[in-house]
Amino acid sequence: MRVELTVNDQPVTLEGHPMERLLDLLRERLALPGTKEGCGEGECGACTVLLDGQPVLSCLVPLLQCGGRRIDTVEGIAHGPARGMVEGFVAAGGVQCGACTPGIVVTAWALLERNPAPTREEVAEALAGNLCRCTGYEGIFRAFVKDLPKDSAP
Amino acid sequence: MSGLPPAFSPRSLDEACRTLASEPGLVRVAGCTDLMVATPERRLAHPGLLDLTGIAEIRGIQESAERLTVGATTTFGELRQSPAVRARFPALAAAAAQVGGWQIQNRATLGGNLANASPAGDSLPVLLALGATVVAVGPRGRREIPCTEFHLGYRRTALAADEILAWVLLPLLAAGTVQAFRKVGTREAQAISKVVVAMVGRVDDGRIADLRLAAGSVAPVPLRLKAAETVAQGLPPGSEAAERAGLAAASAVTPIDDVRSTGAYRAWVLERVVRRLVLELGGS
Repeated sequence: MRVELTVNDQPVTLEGHPMERLLDLLRERLALPGTKEGCGEGECGACTVLLDGQPVLSCLVPLLQCGGRRIDTVEGIAHGPARGMVEGFVAAGGVQCGACTPGIVVTAWALLERNPAPTREEVAEALAGNLCRCTGYEGIFRAFVKDLPKDSAP
Repeated sequence: MSGLPPAFSPRSLDEACRTLASEPGLVRVAGCTDLMVATPERRLAHPGLLDLTGIAEIRGIQESAERLTVGATTTFGELRQSPAVRARFPALAAAAAQVGGWQIQNRATLGGNLANASPAGDSLPVLLALGATVVAVGPRGRREIPCTEFHLGYRRTALAADEILAWVLLPLLAAGTVQAFRKVGTREAQAISKVVVAMVGRVDDGRIADLRLAAGSVAPVPLRLKAAETVAQGLPPGSEAAERAGLAAASAVTPIDDVRSTGAYRAWVLERVVRRLVLELGGS
């Protein structure tokens, strides 16, 4: 099937199997490898992208449901509106091995767009679906609970 | 592009039913959060696909004087945020908030949870306890299936191959009815449940009345715990009723050992969770 969608503000046409994963389409056809495959079964959050502004797991989104939709990946977000947020995230020690980082950046950006000054509990709930096995989440909380509202101001 | 399965995205329920009638074997899909987990071989082997998420009439929540009507493709994110669901059915809002993480809640649907028919589906015991009814639509018209009759066996439902699960009807409860939901998993978030329990009941004239208990992950299907309901019904609320209900619940099930837990642990936890939920009815 042929599907037209918008990825990081660019119109894109994709042809493929209706059950092809958005994750594979982004990485292999659109040369956007920033979105990572962690578990491939909806458990880890590494492949999070925004679908019409909502965080979703791109390993669980089929091409079938991408027509007319707007996708924002970590490339578009981190090099665009969230640049300051990402710098604060790195400075706070939110990154160690980096495997979960793109998914956390995308999910956190979605949270901050809705709630620019989240509490620790709100960050924990928003990131409940993003597994990080390095940081113990403390660096992540530091970045988003305190530093970020200042740094991410446009 | 030969070899690709046909895929349809109808915009109305009528169009969806006609498509399903003319192309038997289409897999009906909504949030895809279960379907996409399959191995690539299985994921790419479906004979054809019918995407239900573009049908406006089966998405969203409507409230009337008697009930809430929830469209089958309403997501758990929409359920947990709905003021009507939070006010009328806090147990359902609580279950919706514990289905996966934010990303899953943005995609996974109530109808999908029912139709996928996993015994671990978090919303299913809640729907049983709330006395919900499924509305299926197909070539023979519209029929209502009580949730207690919807799950026939492990991953088997009463939905016919040519029917579409369109709505879930939730009858409003009498004032003063208590609702409770408890999920026990490996961790608080994003875990498939080991045991999940819902309770609806009230205290009438100092006695437990209209008690409905249901559990998931303890049998091949989500289960009403009728024996537990019967022993506690009519007793004054409190520790004796709670204890009896817990013991009756645990002895009514024979859960299995699997990758997530053991049968013995599940029965033990079920007994304690039922006891605590019944205590929430009040009393000493």
